[in-house]
Amino acid sequence: MSTVHTLRIDGKDVAGSDGATILEVARENGIDIPTMCHLDGISDRGACRLCMVEIAGSPKLAPACMTRVAEGMEVTAHSERLLEYRRAITEMLFVERNHVCAVCVANNHCELQDLAEDLGVTHFDLPRINPKVEVDASHPLFAIDHNRCILCLRCVRVCDEIEGAHTWDIMHRGLDTRVQTDMGLAWGDSPTCTSCGKCVQVCPTGALFEKGRAVARGTRRPRPFLPWMRVVAEERGL
Amino acid sequence: MTRTIVIDPVTRIEGHSKITIQLDDRGEVVDAHFHVTQFRGFERITQGRPVHEMPAITARTCGICPVSHMVAAAKAVDDIMAVEAAPTGADLRRVINLAQVVQSHALSFFHLSSPDLLFGFDADPARRNIIGVARENPGLARDGIAIRKLGQQIIEWLGGKRIHPPWIVPGGVAEPLAEETRDRILAAIPEAIAAAQRAIAWYKSDLVRWEEEAATFGNFRTAYMGLVDREGLVDLYDGWLRVIDADGKPLEERVDPRRYAEFIGEAVEPWTYLKTPYWKPMGYPDGIYRVGPLARLNVAERTGTPLADEELEKFRWRIGRVAGSSFHYHYARLIEILHGLERIDQLLRGPDILSKHVRSRAEVNRHEGIGVSEAPRGTLFHHYRVDDHGIVEWANLIIATGNNNMAMNRAVLQVARQHVRGDRLEEPMLNRVEAVIRCYDPCLSCSTHALGQMALELELRAPDGTTLDTLTR
Ligand code: SF4
Ligand code: SF4
Ligand code: FES
Repeated sequence: MSTVHTLRIDGKDVAGSDGATILEVARENGIDIPTMCHLDGISDRGACRLCMVEIAGSPKLAPACMTRVAEGMEVTAHSERLLEYRRAITEMLFVERNHVCAVCVANNHCELQDLAEDLGVTHFDLPRINPKVEVDASHPLFAIDHNRCILCLRCVRVCDEIEGAHTWDIMHRGLDTRVQTDMGLAWGDSPTCTSCGKCVQVCPTGALFEKGRAVARGTRRPRPFLPWMRVVAEERGL
Repeated sequence: MTRTIVIDPVTRIEGHSKITIQLDDRGEVVDAHFHVTQFRGFERITQGRPVHEMPAITARTCGICPVSHMVAAAKAVDDIMAVEAAPTGADLRRVINLAQVVQSHALSFFHLSSPDLLFGFDADPARRNIIGVARENPGLARDGIAIRKLGQQIIEWLGGKRIHPPWIVPGGVAEPLAEETRDRILAAIPEAIAAAQRAIAWYKSDLVRWEEEAATFGNFRTAYMGLVDREGLVDLYDGWLRVIDADGKPLEERVDPRRYAEFIGEAVEPWTYLKTPYWKPMGYPDGIYRVGPLARLNVAERTGTPLADEELEKFRWRIGRVAGSSFHYHYARLIEILHGLERIDQLLRGPDILSKHVRSRAEVNRHEGIGVSEAPRGTLFHHYRVDDHGIVEWANLIIATGNNNMAMNRAVLQVARQHVRGDRLEEPMLNRVEAVIRCYDPCLSCSTHALGQMALELELRAPDGTTLDTLTR
């Protein structure tokens, strides 16, 4: 029988079983914590730091998606300070690459846009970096526009953990970090990609998209879990 | 010794153009330049982008007639995919393109130009605007506002969003037409047609007043260009380029617009960012041609819709088979509004207009594509080259206003010659320069400045750059 821990999140008494994350327990109890790299159904990576929460007695912030609940924990998921952090992170996600929503396939159904809206990020104080970033459209069905990649690594995990192909990985570091296919081969030349489209489905932004989609015509992706996974392959009769 | 008069927009944010008028030492006008000092380089912006984004990108970069850019861009991508847009998709594109023409012409005629026509070019600028029109001739203002609104509404009902509808896509349109939308538009058309007819009647009754003015109002010999259909009728969406000379003699009866580069040269002048296209066989600068409503009516046999054709006949009876004065752009615009409304009505009554098949799908099948259509202001060319994966490597756009570049300069020169006296700057001159530019309805923000008042600064300069006189509005 699994142990159940009782704890408080934002002053609310909640209970969670042993091994559950703060994020899971919060969501079960109707407390919304913003996330970006987290996706139900694949492993957590703690890459985006949006879900950071305060835990009483700890000087450091902890990612809710990676931190297990413990007995008597006192968690603050919402505070002015956290909101400021989350806004700053969101802003950084935008300025690091080149996001031009008006001409983006994901316009109006983009998780990054939604996040900015939810957090009230209305303008950027940080200077835009405007890096020169490439588009790889060599795959017959899909394309990646690194201009819009926020390095959440959902594509990497879903490809590895669900499809088992492990086409995607990361290369370089810092600002030069890129997701890549098969050790830097053009996606169209990838011997491992099965063209299942899972990465396209999980991408929160317009970075991965089906070729030929016009602006703002990307797929709407409700993602409660992974039932939509097969959609692209099935739609295309693959 | 030569001296230069400069007309410069006051508000830099809104204004993108400047006019200089060159005087010789006797105070006679020798040359005039309409400078476009701000222009977004879409050819550069689009490099490296997936070609399917082109309709949206070009609509954004050239925001005055987004629908027209989406249409031309989508056609260019059709060409790259080597497909024909689904027939119903093409008809729906026609409808939205016509709606754009109707609303844009209405803005140009009623909101921007009718105040000049109603009150005269020399009337008090405070009164010379659409509010003034609403006081003086409420019916005219109401009709203008209603026509424009319908054009905008059609765009919104079809495209979802008034300004940048992502509805026009490569291969056709994104969603089929709903029956209610069709019926809604059809129900609104008769009243708009009646309004357009009233406006034409008013214009005709007023025209005599302007006959003398029209004679020197950008009245000169040029060639004309426009798209026509198989029968030589006005076609705002597709067809062949027809080009005639100033006497109406065809220079090219029917050219596939994909061959535009063989016939149109693009000169670059140091004083403007706007390219200066010319009709290659006649050389530069002799190959001056005009596009837009006046040019389209000049090149076409007829418009192809009954009421507009009736009016076109009267137009030709009054003015001649080929109208040369820029002044008549106004008249032509009104006839095109009528035509546009009639044509929308015809298209929406087509048997297949509600078909669910509105989009052809294909991959990139060619490395090059050209899309040409008629924007409100004239013929619009989009030409792209892409790599194997559909990434844009090169793009060339000739925008409607660009085609009229030389003509606008010529028109300003003529008006300046007529109205500049000595080294003094007078209000009538400023008013007329503004008005003659407005005939071409250039797609520059300054031309649609608040309530139709172009923000202009007139400056008289000595050759050494010192200011002799300024006139600001
Ligand atoms: S990915 Fe999202 S945030 Fe980025 S440009 Fe596209 S719509 Fe905007
Ligand atoms: S491509 Fe999309 S899913 Fe992959 S890391 Fe970038 S944003 Fe995340
Ligand atoms: S969702 Fe927890 S770190 Fe990204």
